[in-house]
Amino acid sequence: MKEFSYVITDREGIHARPAGLLVKEANRFASSITLAKGDKTGDAKRIFAVMGLAAKKGETLTVTVEGSDEAEAAAAIESFLKENL
Amino acid sequence: MLTLTGKSVFSGVAIGPIQFYKRPENIIKRYHIEDIPAEKKRFEDAKATALQQLHELYERALGEVGEGGAMIFEIHQMMLEDLDYCDSICNIIESQKLNAEYAVGTTSDNFSAVFAAMDDPYMQGRAADVRDVSERVLGILTGVSASTAGLTAPAIIAADDLAPSETVQLDKSKVLGFITRRGSASSHTAILARTMGIPAVVNAGDALDESFDGHTAIIDGFSGTVYIDPDPETERLLREKKRQDEERRALLLELRGEENITLDGRRIQVYANIGSPADVGAVLQNDAGGIGLFRSEFLYLESDNFPSEEQQFAAYRRVAETMAGKKVIIRTLDIGADKKADYFGLEPEDNPALGYRAIRICLTRPEIFKTQLRAICRASAFGKLAVMFPMIASLSELQQSKAILAEVQEELRSEGLPFDPSLETGIMIETPAAALISEQLAKEADFFSVGTNDLTQYTLACDRQNQKLEPFLDPHHPAILRLIKLAADNAHREGKWIGICGELGADPALTELFLAMGIDELSVSPAMVLPLRKRIRSADLHKLSPELLAPYQL
Repeated sequence: MKEFSYVITDREGIHARPAGLLVKEANRFASSITLAKGDKTGDAKRIFAVMGLAAKKGETLTVTVEGSDEAEAAAAIESFLKENL
Repeated sequence: MLTLTGKSVFSGVAIGPIQFYKRPENIIKRYHIEDIPAEKKRFEDAKATALQQLHELYERALGEVGEGGAMIFEIHQMMLEDLDYCDSICNIIESQKLNAEYAVGTTSDNFSAVFAAMDDPYMQGRAADVRDVSERVLGILTGVSASTAGLTAPAIIAADDLAPSETVQLDKSKVLGFITRRGSASSHTAILARTMGIPAVVNAGDALDESFDGHTAIIDGFSGTVYIDPDPETERLLREKKRQDEERRALLLELRGEENITLDGRRIQVYANIGSPADVGAVLQNDAGGIGLFRSEFLYLESDNFPSEEQQFAAYRRVAETMAGKKVIIRTLDIGADKKADYFGLEPEDNPALGYRAIRICLTRPEIFKTQLRAICRASAFGKLAVMFPMIASLSELQQSKAILAEVQEELRSEGLPFDPSLETGIMIETPAAALISEQLAKEADFFSVGTNDLTQYTLACDRQNQKLEPFLDPHHPAILRLIKLAADNAHREGKWIGICGELGADPALTELFLAMGIDELSVSPAMVLPLRKRIRSADLHKLSPELLAPYQL
């Protein structure tokens, strides 16, 4: 299992466009990818769950990745977050 | 005549008959089913058709409004494929033995309610996307197609609200404009309308009644006003406004490629301001002569750590190369005051506008400054770059900055990395102090660029973030114009040039005064380049200069 945290720097937070791109990215991997904000969690492969977190600038996301390609998936999601959010 | 006021999403005037958008009504019947697998298959089939339609809409929007606008239809596809959404529908079919239409309608209500209950207005707006997607599936299930708008003659479309998919499907050759009762100017629908260039007013209110179907209406997209059954005088005025608007657009197209020259032959450079490399397209499209202010803050604000030399180099190089030899003036880091990045670890201040910001950070933390200057110098080998220091208030600040720049250039030379040794080095004139000592500064700097927003704030001692002070924050105050005139005279005495890159540069009321002062360059937002060119080309300084300048002579 891989876990890391990321603080959102994008002014608009996870709005529809980055949420859509994130779901696309997450679906490239077999591992399960879970996002958590405080006590709310959501499956990174499901757009309603990702948007439902309503994560805004300055808030911390904890990402948990578990599965056969977890190392690769965690690295990809981390760099996605850095580039887009 | 009935006058409605709403929010404008695209400026322009449209005149024509109102046609109410008839949305096929999907009345959802609730009935029990026996064959659960067959009902689930009905849903799956409808979903597959809907996905295919959304894919076609995406392709169509991609061609008409580009990737940014088309993305919404990709998001709609993801919503439709979302496992929670599909599980909810199948679960209702299975556990309650109810029909697919009812299951989709109920799921749509539940999911859109979740968005509607969020505290963020943007997320509340997404409830409409959930309903748009669900309506599509319902239309397929009930066999009532939602894909035809049924317009026969050009008309102004009126509706309660329009979904993004409905907007993009409107036949543009027949849609003169549209009015909606609800909706916000930041909805995806409004964004699509803006990109497609359709005059539109949203949130016009409930007075927009279906009984007006067929009546003549005028949309004034400049003021966000709609006139239904306009009286002859209003119609005459608006037709005139429409004519002027069309003339203006045509004229602007005509002005591309023309010189910025006054009637009496004085030339001035008109450059554009940008905030990120993504804006360069607009700069070229509007035919700006260069970039007079490239704010480098985006690199720092969009990052969660100090951007590396390589990251910065790539961004600067891209802009330098795209501008292909036209001048690009990069303003070094202007973080602080209202622009903050957490990783700088800046302490909260009582008076941030007068605080630790811009060049003051750079001179006390030279490692940050040097990284940026190295990136700028390296990129200077790929185009025509210039560098500009913000917030200079004393001669020694400029001298220290230049010393660090020289140090960086020496390093690059010894590392054998190419750079442009004739890189112009200028300063922002945005403190009254800089304007008052511009005589000395002009000996050390290659150029001046007046940042009128901060110069106004500091000269008038008016916090520009404080809305209450707006009546006092007068950028036309003679004190500010005198400071600009002083800096211009001192720059010219040393054979240097001076530009204006603040908002005042685009103020048409001051264009002639700036020309009379001898300002060499005006840098404005890309959309203002051509209107400003037009203003310059109609000015005649021979007649005006003495009387314009009289109040500012020192």
